[in-house]
This record gives sequence, structure tokens and C-alpha cells, in this order.
Amino acid sequence: MLDLNAKIPSGPLQEKWDQHRFSMKLVNPANKRRHNVIVVGAGLAGASAAATMSELGYNVSCFVFHDTPRRAHSIAAQGGINAAKNYQNDGDSIRRLFYDTIKGGDFRAREANVYRLAQLSVNIIDQCVAQGVPFAREYGGLLANRSFGGAQVSRTFYARGQTGQQLLLGAYSALERQVALKGVQMHTFEEMLDVVVVDGHARGIVTRNLLTGKITSHAADAVVLATGGYGNVFYLSTNAMLSNTTATWRAYKKGAAFANPCYTQIHPTCIPVSGDHQSKLTLMSESLRNDGRVWVPIKRADNRAPSAIPEAERDYFLERKYPSFGNLAPRDIASRAAKEACDDGRGVGPGGLGVYLDFADAIKRLGKSTIAERYGNLFDMYQRITDENPYERPMRIYPAVHYTMGGLWVDYNLMSTIPGLHVAGEANFSDHGANRLGASALMQGLADGYFVLPYTIGDYIAGTKLAKVDNTHAEFRAAEEAVRTQTKRFLDIKGKRSVDSFHKELGRIMWEHCGMARTKEGLTEALKLIPALKDEFWSNLNVPGSGDTLNQALENAGRVADFIELGELMCRDALEREESCGGHFRVEYQDAGEAQRNDDDFAYVAAWEFAGEGKTPILNREPLVYENVHLSTRSYK
Amino acid sequence: MKLTLNVWRQPASQAPGKLETYTLDGVSADMSFLEMFDLLNEQLTAEGKVPVAFAHDCREGICGSCSMMINGQAHGPWAGAATCQLHMRAFKDGDIITVEPWRASGFPIVKDLVVNRGSFDRIIQAGGYVSVNTGGAQDANSILIGKDTVEEAMDAAACIGCGACVAACPNASASLFTGAKISHLGMLPQGQPERDTRALAMVEQMDIEGFGHCTWAGECQEACPKEISIDVIKKMNRDYLVASAKRQEPYAATVS
Repeated sequence: MLDLNAKIPSGPLQEKWDQHRFSMKLVNPANKRRHNVIVVGAGLAGASAAATMSELGYNVSCFVFHDTPRRAHSIAAQGGINAAKNYQNDGDSIRRLFYDTIKGGDFRAREANVYRLAQLSVNIIDQCVAQGVPFAREYGGLLANRSFGGAQVSRTFYARGQTGQQLLLGAYSALERQVALKGVQMHTFEEMLDVVVVDGHARGIVTRNLLTGKITSHAADAVVLATGGYGNVFYLSTNAMLSNTTATWRAYKKGAAFANPCYTQIHPTCIPVSGDHQSKLTLMSESLRNDGRVWVPIKRADNRAPSAIPEAERDYFLERKYPSFGNLAPRDIASRAAKEACDDGRGVGPGGLGVYLDFADAIKRLGKSTIAERYGNLFDMYQRITDENPYERPMRIYPAVHYTMGGLWVDYNLMSTIPGLHVAGEANFSDHGANRLGASALMQGLADGYFVLPYTIGDYIAGTKLAKVDNTHAEFRAAEEAVRTQTKRFLDIKGKRSVDSFHKELGRIMWEHCGMARTKEGLTEALKLIPALKDEFWSNLNVPGSGDTLNQALENAGRVADFIELGELMCRDALEREESCGGHFRVEYQDAGEAQRNDDDFAYVAAWEFAGEGKTPILNREPLVYENVHLSTRSYK
Repeated sequence: MKLTLNVWRQPASQAPGKLETYTLDGVSADMSFLEMFDLLNEQLTAEGKVPVAFAHDCREGICGSCSMMINGQAHGPWAGAATCQLHMRAFKDGDIITVEPWRASGFPIVKDLVVNRGSFDRIIQAGGYVSVNTGGAQDANSILIGKDTVEEAMDAAACIGCGACVAACPNASASLFTGAKISHLGMLPQGQPERDTRALAMVEQMDIEGFGHCTWAGECQEACPKEISIDVIKKMNRDYLVASAKRQEPYAATVS
């Protein structure tokens, strides 16, 4: 069993972070350059952390497997970033953002972490503007805002439908400036394949160079994993194709607890699947639901063109079911409502798996050019993929896997259960509970990187006696050897099935049995199917080519091997959690289609501990204590 | 549909490469160009051959990874679309498609269709930023920026760093890429203090990386998946000339 200590500071909620910053130890400015910090991943969380720590004076080594850090999947986020600035004077405040996020997470997130996130949100916007991020503005020159799901205030800052791109490029530019100043050593085409633990502390990583196949290890005083989410366990998701769980999964096997893996988010508005060849799903930003209205025909199997269906025969089901939030109901709720409509035989498009997102009213009210200004790039994207014009015909959308609230367990300092191993951004489990609100992932990644890790890592380094190690130490050599053996093993199997075919099959099992609606039978079945798939993977995998050159199939093999094991843990976690909350919906625990929580028995963080190959993982529970919010049924009606 | 693909194969950066011909059947019009390549690679793998290496990631035109020269056009025939956004309905049964990597000395070939675009990072390192450390920023609304200005800056900031501009240019110039970043920051108040040195340093780095000069051919803006206008090159040239006339020395270290 693990001793899970979240290290939440005492005192009133609003003062915890400020008190903590005072009580955390500092590293003397002249000493910072004696300390190496490794950052794996350079998306929002990684780039901001690496840049900031280099600015402070630490020696930072940053590792990405892409050709350049600007490819991180943060680049694809569309709609916006939340902050409690209350520029719109509509009732927003830090406390309201805190409350909306806790409620949005269905009361399964840690109060103190979420409050801090809301508090830091205002600083993030200031930093981004200072970097030159071109957020949308009003005519008078002030920043513009829009609304997002789960909120009744307009607190989202955006740059067209490319907010993630602009925020990432801001952090990337700060990172590249540090590379030029020699504060950050950037390693591209290097994939992290293991954590090195010495005397119980994370002291480095093992990487494989994707161009040469060479496996090397790197030593540091602290390690940060900012490697994103595991949505691609479902094969089809809105994630970039190379997004994976490998870094966090390998850390899990070295002792980092994996928390709430079954909390996966399904985003309601994505372009529906068009065939078996589909390689990923394309997100249509939640911001569209500011102006689009979601509907299906009232009649079942209604094949008429949407323009032929009169108003009286349309079911604007989100507006009907949730009058106060309407089309901006949070993602888990909107996704389930769409699934319900399609399961009822009223879905649209090929296969009946789609609902309409209709802009006709908004175009009539605001004019086409205003809609184009707000969403232009998204409309173009939709048209290119479907060959349908959303200015003239409603968009067809369907829920798709998008984000993972689960991830490595971290304490208030963003440190995992391996001392010295810190985890930031989507890779950690921390702030979103069982469901993430729109526009808050960007907020969390940057809060972690710009404003939390630079302090907490300093505290760790200043407060820990770290023996001098380098990559010639025994643990480093051993870890390198293990990675070499594993990598070679994929090549030696020489079976008949491609990596992709295994990945697709895993995805089908996960979507079918651990998707939007989970049952005891389905999850139990998955826990038989996945081990069988795993056995076949290790005996029948075919990886062409060799390991000493660029070999994308070999890279993918490692990632899929980890996804298979993670998928199993997710199903176990979903089976164990006998309640419905946020994105985790157990059909047996519902109230007329709405999630039914069981706070008496399940108000905890499920932190899974690796117990060894082939052994059942151990469930550790971190109780969630709410001192500042009243646990209520989460209603958006 | 059934297609004939002529694909550039090059096993390593220093090895000779050539076009190999493949026939591919069962391509659906709904597939994206890269999904078609996935199909090709599954076929090659099943035949015991080495699949084609190609860069890709987001598959929605924003990460800038994908980089194929398709029948001589960077990213293929659709305007404002990256390779991953091109769909097979742009082609018909029986078509012959030639696929090559970006060709520029600033983009050394790694393998098959994959090139190394680290040169773009080095151009950004030379000055594609505002020198501001974390923390200490003033309230975001203290800086007023007119709506039109921010829209124009955003147009330039939308660059995805794919390198199609270089690939399409007869001189393999990186002017559109460099100009886009110089314009984005040069139009905003935050970018003013370093505007001169930024232009000098980034243009100098662009030259060091081996990209060619701009001779106003205009191929870059036609190829750009984000439809960035060559106006950004005008702005870059203006900033560079003004800075040269003022005899500013770039204080940012040039990157080797």
C-alpha cells in the first residue's frame, strides 16, 4: 500500500497557495545553475515549465519525440482558455471559477488544487498577452471573451478557433529563447522510455533516438513528465496520432501511482466516423455551441434533408432537457444526451450516428460574416472533411474521445508517488475531477508550468539531499539495458499482424465496453478480451524493418503495448467505481439518464499501484474532503 | 478507386534515393491522403516490405508535421489545406500520383518522405519571441490593441511551421515563414522594443541555414495551408531595411 499524502497546506482555502509559497524552500539564485532538471514533453505544460525554470537559472534538458517542440498536441486545442478576470462584469470571480470547475468535475477533484488553478488563471492571461499571444479583441482594444460549457459567465479568452496554437506558440517562443540563451538543452526526436530511480528518487530518464535507434540515459535532480493524455487507448480519438501513454505508463511501473484512469472525457461535438479507414476523429470546438443549436428530428428514422424538417418536428434536446445551460451543458452530459437520441433511432447521417449542430438561427441573427469571423477556420475544416457547407446545412456531429482526466497521481506540489518525479498538464490527474470543463485544459497546463512547478521543484531540490549521480551509475545502465531488450523483443516476434491492427482492435474493445455507457458485464468481458489480445500481441506481432533507423512501426509497437495494459487498468478502475460521476457512467447507477454519484462510498481518488508483471494492481484510496463546497447533485437543468 | 503511386524512398539521409512505384486498390473518396498512405503501409507490411516513413501527427492541419510534395505541389492541389486535410475525392480512379519530400538544403532528408526542420526552430531562436520572463506581467487589459491590428497579427501568427513555403519556392526561401513571425510580433505593441533586432537576427539566421533569397515568385502563399499572404514578406523587408539603416547590431546571439 502507498502512503498517499496530498500535502495540502492548512488554512483557509483562499490563502493556502500564498501561504505555501512563503513556506516552500528556495534555491539560492547562484545555486540554481548547479541543478539539472529534465522536462519530458514540450506542450503547454512542458514548454512553460522548461522555459520558466531556465529563466530562473536552472539547467534544463527538454526531450520531445517530434522534430520540433511546436508539434505538441496542445497546438490543436481550439476554443479558448478560461480565466477569472471578470472583464465582462457578469459576475465572475476566482471563487466562481473554482466552484464551476469543482461542480463541473462532479465533485471528484481536490478542492485546494482547483482553487489554486482558479487563482492562477488571471496570471496566465497576463503572461500570454505579454508574450504577444494575439487573443481576440473588442473594437476599443480590450480583450474579448466568450462563453463555454458549464458556465453562465463569459470568461473564455480565445484566438479564433486556434487558441491552443497561439498559447503553445507563446510558450514555444519562450522555450526557444531559452535554448538560444543556452539555459535549455533541447533534444528532439528523443522518446522517453523509462524513468531511472536511484535511492527511491527519480534521478533521470532513458530515451531512444528515433533517427538512429540509440538508447541513452540522462541524469538530473528532478524530472518532469508533461507528456499529455492517453485518449488514444481508444485508437479513435481527437488526439494526434502519436499521442500516447508510454512515459506515464513506464513511470507507473517504476512506482508512480496512476489515478482515476477510468475518468475519460467524451466530447460531444466531433465530426462523425466516415469509414473503417478512419485514423482519428476531428474535434469541432465547444465554442461552436455558443451559437449553434443541437437538434435531431422528433421522428425516428427521419431521412429528410434538414432543411425539409420544420421547426415543430425538431427536438432541440439539450435546450429541452437542460433549460438553464441549454446547448452549453457540460461535455459528459451533452455526449450522453446525443448518444441517447441516436440510440433512440433519431440520429442523422450515415449509420444514424450523428446529431445536428445548426447555425441557421445565428447566421440570421448575426450575419454570415460575424459567424465566419468567430469560427471561420472550423467551418472550413468541417467542409474539407465532409464536403458539406455548414453555412448552408447544419453540421453533423457525434461524441468522440477527447481528453483524459485520469493520469499519474500527484500531490499539491505536483509530485508523484516517486519522489522527484513531477507530472504536469494532462499527464497528471489533478484538477478536473471526473469531468473537465471546456477551456480549462489550456488553463491547467499553463498554471502547472508557469506558476506551480517552478516553485515546487525548487522546494523539492532545496529540501532533499541528492547524491551526485550521472548516467554511468548502475541504475542508469540497468534501465538502459532493459529498454534495449524490450525494443529488440518487438522486432524479434516476427508474427503476422501489424501494430495498427492490434491498436484498432483494442480501440473497439475499449469503446464498446469502457466508453460512454459502462456495465458490470461489459467491463468484466473486457477484462477477458484484453489479456487475450495482449497474449496475441506478444506472440503474433509483426514489426518490419530494423531498430537502428527511423522505424515508425517499432515506435508504435511500444506505445500500443502500453495502451493494452493501460486499457486493462481502466476497465478495472471502471468496474471498481460503482457509481456514475462525470465522464464515468455506469448504467446500473443512474437517475433517469443522469449520473448518480455515491458520495458515501466513492468520494475518493483511486490511485492504482503497480504490483509487478502479471499481478493485480493495488487500489489505494485518497479520500476527498470538501470543506468549502456543499456536495450536491450536479444539475444543469 | 485504384491508384498508381510513385513514392520517394530513401533509406537514410546519406543514402541515394529514388521513386518507387506502387499500385493501391480499394481507396475510398472519403479517405484522407494520409489514410491512403496508412493503407499502402499495411499492404507493404503484409508483403514483408518496409513501410514508407512519413511525418504526421494531428491529421487536422494544425501541427505542421505532414509534408508531402504531391504531383509537384506542396500539400497537393487544395488551397488552404495541409497534406492531412487533402481527401481522396480530389483524385479519380486510375490517377497517377507522385509523392516526394520537401526539397531544400535547409531541410535535410531523414528517411523516405521525412525531413528535419530543426532549421525553423533556429530561426525562431534568433528572435521569434518577445523577451519577457514569467511573472511580473501587467494586467492583460492594460495593453489596448485595435481589433483590426489583432486580426492581421493573428493571420500571420497562424503559421504552422510546416515548410510548404520553402518547398514550393523555386529558391527554397524561408521568407514566408520568417516574415510571418516578424510580422506577427512586429504589428503588436509587445513586439516593438525588439522589432529592429528581431528582423536583423532572424533574416541572418535564415541565410545561415541555407535557405534561398526571395525573388517575389509568390509560390509560397499559394502553397501555404494557412493562406498566409506575402504581405508578411513586405513587412519583414521593411523592418530589415529600417533596422539596417539605423545600423542596429542584433544583440540576440545568432544560433549555430
